Amino acid sequence: MSATTSRRTQEARAAWAFLSPDLIGLGLFIVLPIVLAFGMAFMSVSGFGAVRFAGVDNFLRLLSDNKLPKALIVTFSYAILAVPLSYVVGLGLALLLEGKVRGGGLVRTMVFIPYVLSLVVVALIWQFMLVDKTGVVPTLLRGVNLGHISWLGDPQFALLTVVGITVWSQAGYQMLLFLGGLGGIPKDFYDAASIDGAGWWRRLTSITLPMLRPTSFFILLTSAMACITGVQAFDLIFMLTRGGPADATLTMPFYIYEQAFTYNDLGYASALTLVLVAILMVAVIATFALTKGARFHEGD
Amino acid sequence: MKGTEMAARRRSSEISTLRSLAAWAVGLVFLAPFLWLVITALKPASETFAFSVAPLTLANFQHVLVQVPLLRYMGNTAFVAVVVTVIALVFHSMAAYALARLRFRGNMVILNIVVATFMVSTPVILVPLYIITRQMGLLDSLWGVIVPGIFNAFGIFLLRQVMISIPKELEESATLDGAGYWRKYTGIILPLIKPTLASLAVLFFLANWNAFMWPRTILADQNLWMVQQGLSSMQGQYGSQWHNIAAAAVVVALPTLIMFLIFQRFLVKSIMISGLK
Repeated sequence: MSATTSRRTQEARAAWAFLSPDLIGLGLFIVLPIVLAFGMAFMSVSGFGAVRFAGVDNFLRLLSDNKLPKALIVTFSYAILAVPLSYVVGLGLALLLEGKVRGGGLVRTMVFIPYVLSLVVVALIWQFMLVDKTGVVPTLLRGVNLGHISWLGDPQFALLTVVGITVWSQAGYQMLLFLGGLGGIPKDFYDAASIDGAGWWRRLTSITLPMLRPTSFFILLTSAMACITGVQAFDLIFMLTRGGPADATLTMPFYIYEQAFTYNDLGYASALTLVLVAILMVAVIATFALTKGARFHEGD
Repeated sequence: MKGTEMAARRRSSEISTLRSLAAWAVGLVFLAPFLWLVITALKPASETFAFSVAPLTLANFQHVLVQVPLLRYMGNTAFVAVVVTVIALVFHSMAAYALARLRFRGNMVILNIVVATFMVSTPVILVPLYIITRQMGLLDSLWGVIVPGIFNAFGIFLLRQVMISIPKELEESATLDGAGYWRKYTGIILPLIKPTLASLAVLFFLANWNAFMWPRTILADQNLWMVQQGLSSMQGQYGSQWHNIAAAAVVVALPTLIMFLIFQRFLVKSIMISGLK
């Protein structure tokens, strides 16, 4: 009896020892920063390290900051455009490449390569192709009288352009996840549906999509998170537009970076971070609601 | 009967030809922007905006490798990526071993906390992480990139999922031989999860190689710059010298592409697993 108890304790002790390096690291570099963000939002911290208690000053400033509503709208628009669009493109690619395609493996690699490139390289590629008037894209679009559009320089188009570039760089990754999900659907389901005379659309809506719900949930959640709080919302914007023109692409991550490191206002940047976390929470809850928490059947 | 069957078969082969054509067209559209970058890198400056492929030259590559300290940036980045990857694999496989194979109170709580940290991205903790790194004296040091870069919930979670599927009997016989937990972890579990460790190694290396935001935040000394930061700085300095920027971008992208093409199988599998679980 005492032998088993001591073995149990020994096992638990070993477990904590095995866990400790990562737990300390995660605590110090992820959990502590979150706690600190709350504290710092009440401080006035200059970039040179001088800290003083500022009460609710930073929060009051949120209310009178006329750039903040713009940044919120940009972040919201970016997610609401890029998430469904890359979902549809990723799923379309997976459906196209799932069946028999000559050299299908090579095509998958071609579609996946943009995802392997860094966002800095992605941004440089498109910036070059979109150079006003002389770039490849304006040159090709001259044929349909759209050659004059400044894709990154016109506030009307800049965010749409960033969305398009995002979809291009992420589609291959989502395609792979969908291919994994599609592979898990038993073939008998489709055979049975074919015998019942179900067409392509019918099979998609009544077998494929419901069976893909867990995959869809994962993809929607991760891509919404990536658009709202991911590095892509900083890297792409920093490289392509610096938030402009006229704040048309001012995402929250870019705005936070600007407040923290261009204006050296770490306290206010922390208050902005809390706003960002709140948005993320709303997006996560919305994703759970939309996909019913990844469950298979409507009625569960 | 026979006739309709043949017609159906012919129809389905027509569909598969159409599908192949569509797939190749889509594949080329996706690859074209990168191909255009490579072609631009190989063309003289005067031809940058022309729809031509000849005459090809390596002059742009020579120029950027001599004029821009790209090799130094690549060296810094490789150092960071290798150190992070090695330490991360050791720490994460240890944590995963505890979570997957050892019984202790709080196992599920810890697992849930680890998974929850997966939702925290660099922009969210950027400011406090900067303060912590400054307090530790790691600003303007590659260790300021390495140390916070090690800790990553995805790796722990993926390794735990793989370890949990290993049969218990394998460890039980070792227990009878008097093996301790450390010996079971190194002698039995680690050899069995080599493929997962390999794919994580590739993923970690790529992630560090492509990292931009955090290195740019803490590395001011140009001698310490990492590769994406160095490449991004050409944007201002080199203005509209797109032939040189293209050459530098190709040099920076090349290691990741080579690595991806070599380890494609591993990578694809681990990405698919991550989506399913």
